[in-house]
Amino acid sequence: MIWQIELVVLLMVIICGIGAITVKDLLGAAILFGAYSFMMCLLWAIMGAVDVAFTEASVGAGISTVLFVAAVFRTSRRTKD
Amino acid sequence: MKSLALFIVLLFGGLLIYCTLDFPLWGDPQAPASMHVSPRYIEHVMQETSVPNIVTAVLADYRGYDTMFETIVIFAAGVACLFLLRVFRRTESETQLYRHVPTGITLRIVKGAEPPRESREFERIDLMWVPYDLIIKTSARLIVPFSQIFALYVIAHGHHSPGGGFQGGVILGASIILFAISHNLRSSFSRISEKHAVLLCGLGVFIYAGTGALSIFLGSNYLDYGALSQIFGVDPVTARSHGILMVEIGVGICVMAVMVHLYYNLASAGRHDEGL
Repeated sequence: MIWQIELVVLLMVIICGIGAITVKDLLGAAILFGAYSFMMCLLWAIMGAVDVAFTEASVGAGISTVLFVAAVFRTSRRTKD
Repeated sequence: MKSLALFIVLLFGGLLIYCTLDFPLWGDPQAPASMHVSPRYIEHVMQETSVPNIVTAVLADYRGYDTMFETIVIFAAGVACLFLLRVFRRTESETQLYRHVPTGITLRIVKGAEPPRESREFERIDLMWVPYDLIIKTSARLIVPFSQIFALYVIAHGHHSPGGGFQGGVILGASIILFAISHNLRSSFSRISEKHAVLLCGLGVFIYAGTGALSIFLGSNYLDYGALSQIFGVDPVTARSHGILMVEIGVGICVMAVMVHLYYNLASAGRHDEGL
């Protein structure tokens, strides 16, 4: 694997992770969390754990984002703190 | 308080990073896991289970108990969500909206007035109604069957390629959720009702545990699929591969039902009337 791509993906993981916990808009946080999961999925695939990557893509980036969005839809979109 | 929390987080994060220095390097052939456990599986998996994908064989056969209790954890999460979120008192909203399909006119029925009967002409719509969108509905109708076929392929082909019950079940659940998002929650209930979803959660766990119990009845250990050879009429090695498929189907059903059920409860805030 080309190490430059790995570095970019790793940086994206960190940026998405920090963004997901600092952003005030909860819908944005859910989407950032989905992007984080997708980058993690790429990392798993790079490391050769294809089954884990598949699970991460379907559960982390797919279903849990939908569940977060549904929860935001029923509660509030902005955090208090 | 916030600075104290930050301090604790940084302290434990630093400790965790410090501890990772003691780990063997990634892909190190001298690591304990690569020395004893992995070669055993890699050398024996084909003659013991006839499953080419070693991950699936380890997941569902060698570590069958692990996966069974993972499935039970998912089942328990679904049931806990049911008890936390579900509102059992049924309250009808004061006004109801109906859409006359041929003309697209919306009827508002206030309390006391008689609503029209549900038919091909009148469909009940949500109070928080998003406009009828032909493009979204048609594209979702095109995507849903293909994603369901793909989910079944992922479950059935987990022996040979990455995939298995968990991933396939999640994709199957996602296709139903996609249907619920693109149409509405009510038309999704008419396909898979809440009762069916909860029953399917239990059925998945039952299939998994039942496969294990079946091998006891056939005179072997719990979850030792080799005993199933008497039912399938094949040699014990092929029977293990069939047994793995059976438990994967159970896992898939359970995960699918739990995902759909979680979505129903979250999107409608437990009232199961209208939602996202």
